[in-house]
Amino acid sequence: MSAAASALSRSRKRNVIPGFGLTLGFTLTYFSLIILIPLLALAIRSAGLGFDGFWKAATDPRVLGSLRVSFVTALIAAGVNVVFGTLIAWVLVRYRFPGRRIFDAIIDLPFALPTAVAGIALTAIYAPNGTIGALFAPFGIRIAYTPIGIVIAMIFIGLPFVVRTIQPILEEVSHEVEEASATLGATRFQTITRVILPSLTPAILTGFALAFARGVGEYGSIIFIAGNIPFVSEIAPLLIYIRLQEFNYVGATVIASVMLLISFALLFAINLIQAWSRRRYGYGD
Amino acid sequence: MEVRVANVRKEFDRFPALHDVSLDIRSGELIALLGPSGSGKTTLLRLIAGLEMPTAGKIFFGDTDASEKTVQERNIGFVFQHYALFRHMTILENISFGLKVRPRSTRPPAGEIRRRAMELLDLVQLSGLEKRYPNQLSGGQRQRVALARALAIEPGVLLLDEPFGALDAQVRRELRKWLREIHDRTGHTTVFVTHDQEEALELSDRLCVMSQGKIEQVGSPDEVYDHPTSPFVFGFIGDSSELPVTIENGEVWVGGRAIGIPAHDTPTGPARLYFRPHDADLIEADASMAGVVTASRRVGGTRRVELEVGGDGHKVEIDLPFDHPAGEKTRLSFRPKRWKLFPAA
Amino acid sequence: MATKLRARRHRRVSPTSESRLAQWTLIGLSLLFMGVILVLPLYAVFHEALAKGIGTFFAAFAEPDAQAAIRLTLLVAAIAVPLNVIFGLAASWAIAKFEFKGKAFLITLIDLPFSVSPVISGLVYVLLFGAGSFLGPFLKSYGIEVLFALPGIVLATIFVTFPFVARELIPLMQDQGTGDEEAALSLGANGWQTFFRVTLPNIKWGLLYGVLLCNARAMGEFGAVAVVSGKIRGQTTTMPLQVEMLYNEYNATAAFALASLLALLALVTLVLKSALEWRFGDEVAAAER
Repeated sequence: MSAAASALSRSRKRNVIPGFGLTLGFTLTYFSLIILIPLLALAIRSAGLGFDGFWKAATDPRVLGSLRVSFVTALIAAGVNVVFGTLIAWVLVRYRFPGRRIFDAIIDLPFALPTAVAGIALTAIYAPNGTIGALFAPFGIRIAYTPIGIVIAMIFIGLPFVVRTIQPILEEVSHEVEEASATLGATRFQTITRVILPSLTPAILTGFALAFARGVGEYGSIIFIAGNIPFVSEIAPLLIYIRLQEFNYVGATVIASVMLLISFALLFAINLIQAWSRRRYGYGD
Repeated sequence: MEVRVANVRKEFDRFPALHDVSLDIRSGELIALLGPSGSGKTTLLRLIAGLEMPTAGKIFFGDTDASEKTVQERNIGFVFQHYALFRHMTILENISFGLKVRPRSTRPPAGEIRRRAMELLDLVQLSGLEKRYPNQLSGGQRQRVALARALAIEPGVLLLDEPFGALDAQVRRELRKWLREIHDRTGHTTVFVTHDQEEALELSDRLCVMSQGKIEQVGSPDEVYDHPTSPFVFGFIGDSSELPVTIENGEVWVGGRAIGIPAHDTPTGPARLYFRPHDADLIEADASMAGVVTASRRVGGTRRVELEVGGDGHKVEIDLPFDHPAGEKTRLSFRPKRWKLFPAA
Repeated sequence: MATKLRARRHRRVSPTSESRLAQWTLIGLSLLFMGVILVLPLYAVFHEALAKGIGTFFAAFAEPDAQAAIRLTLLVAAIAVPLNVIFGLAASWAIAKFEFKGKAFLITLIDLPFSVSPVISGLVYVLLFGAGSFLGPFLKSYGIEVLFALPGIVLATIFVTFPFVARELIPLMQDQGTGDEEAALSLGANGWQTFFRVTLPNIKWGLLYGVLLCNARAMGEFGAVAVVSGKIRGQTTTMPLQVEMLYNEYNATAAFALASLLALLALVTLVLKSALEWRFGDEVAAAER
């Protein structure tokens, strides 16, 4: 590792501050042991299957079903979160009302509340005899134990990603720009839809991608409310877990590899969005 | 279009920003609102624009009462200090924005909007940059785009809030000249806010000097410079020297002697004498002001001398040609050739 | 009359704001959404926990398995959080105080665990240490159990909480630059003195902020830990796992009782976090960007 550190150090500027080798060496060692080597283990395992073996396991109907459930529900939840997350960010940044700071703090609840706790609580609320479930039960609508329940859980855990991505950018949108729009004759509605929202687009896209990625990978808050019926409400992370319980490591590895590839693609997309918006608009970082 | 501001008062959270201000702006003139920060000049501009609503009073555009109209209805062009360009739109889109947001009934066809925007881009000498984003332009270019955008809606009045405030000195001077040219070509009634007196004097047809929420004086640059009507204006516009004096027998007295300046219209008692440093003549006569030189420095083609006058430690400044022999002296006698007397504070 | 009313409406509404009615509609809509999605579940936890009375609530904590789960959770956090703090300090020192190639890439890598599903975070250790791996049987021959034991749980927890401290500190220390440190060094302080007396006081609130979030996640992690723990009752079940087991055994009240303790932890975390943001906004704000 110190070899890597000294290779990296070649380009550093003259600097009187000590500890470069020590801290970077430790950082790289720790990162390798905790993150890199385990992830490589996964990659090596799935590479060991060969393309045909991998393809066969990846296209197993139950695997495809679980991936479809995960991605479709995460897409819907991220969509809902973009709409309400933008609205909430707007309200929290622009308006003053009693309790604003408390609501602002509560946005982060899904970051702080253990997912299993959220899972059983959401189930209690949306079960047919729960507070909200009971409102819909008379109409024959079931929320818990159906894909709708999965979407609800994903909305819960994804909301802060959208709000917290948009909030700082919205604060940056200058008052003058809105005034400029008004002096040019734009109605308030036109100013919002043509000036403010477009300038938030990179943040909204980033928030969407983050919420989506989180939703696809989420496990704890979903399994209680999902019903977990294969092909209907069985999510991909749960299928990984089931495969592991069956000691079917190959099956688990393949699903995990597919999911990882997709989330890394998303991560890459997020970085692209931010680089693009920084370059073109001069903000977004 | 004429703009008439009639007895306008504006309070922010009960804090008065403007007290009973009245101002007539003539059609087609370029008028500067000049004052230090906190003088209410920007507030007045924003009230004319409709970005703020007056607490009391009215604003007329021509014969129509504009006070009750929204900013959208007033058809004004507003240029902001920090440009306020739409960062997600190209330059062309920025300029076309005001036309594109019009209701269908008054909106020109797309081709016409584009043609007009390109024409304006040409007017502000930025042809060829229509596809750029604001982020890719320099500060001076951005401000020119902001002006083109404001002109696109064919405003009745053009309002500029410290339009050159964020630019560096060189660009500032260029844009100043250029704005004057554009104004002369398009003939818009133009009001601009500035705290830079040089800018106001050079650029405007008339200037309106403001202080502490009130208008101090309105007039042409020459009038305001040569005949300031208040101590504030005298002190704020151009360099000035000030001295406490006494009026006796229709004459101005400093340190117990008459200095040869008549004061028939000023009541007897203490007063303040104002004059410009370059309006002082060196004279060897009893009826003059005499002072001890306390500092002397060369400023370009002149020498500015600081004198202690009248024995109370009051200091005034006068200008001499830089190679004047008196520059070497330790004591000088002089008398202002133009001056103004104001009652003691 | 009509024009007068219209005029008055114009007077009140600034051109860069919405009418009061629109404002309150949007506020109402937001609060309703947040109420249903965020507040209601929180309320449900405590409501269900106390549904059968305060006696049953406390009885849930008297169970030896519950107590073992609490002890294990505390132990795991007590190991994982300090390790990630040391990593966070080292990484932010290297990244903020020095220029080197690949820095931006390293920052991206540090955030990597956030985009990995928790179940996969557990899975990678199963693949590394489980049956059929090289390391697992090797360590087992020396009597070291990783999977279905404390080390596995700690490793999985470190994985999922890996970025928290570092990502708070990196932007904060980058903002602060190297001036203070250079001054201290020029005054004769050595590296450690500079770190403990100059750098650490500058970043203490940001560090606390990161620790708070790291700890909340460490104590609450479910998916990753579920995969590696084996869920041996009283031995390898952390609190979230114990909640799941009780819930699946139809002992909802006990599950919610234990869950309420975790919810309380979440609330305390939020309160402290908000207090830090309000009180020391600048010193923790860099991380928000």
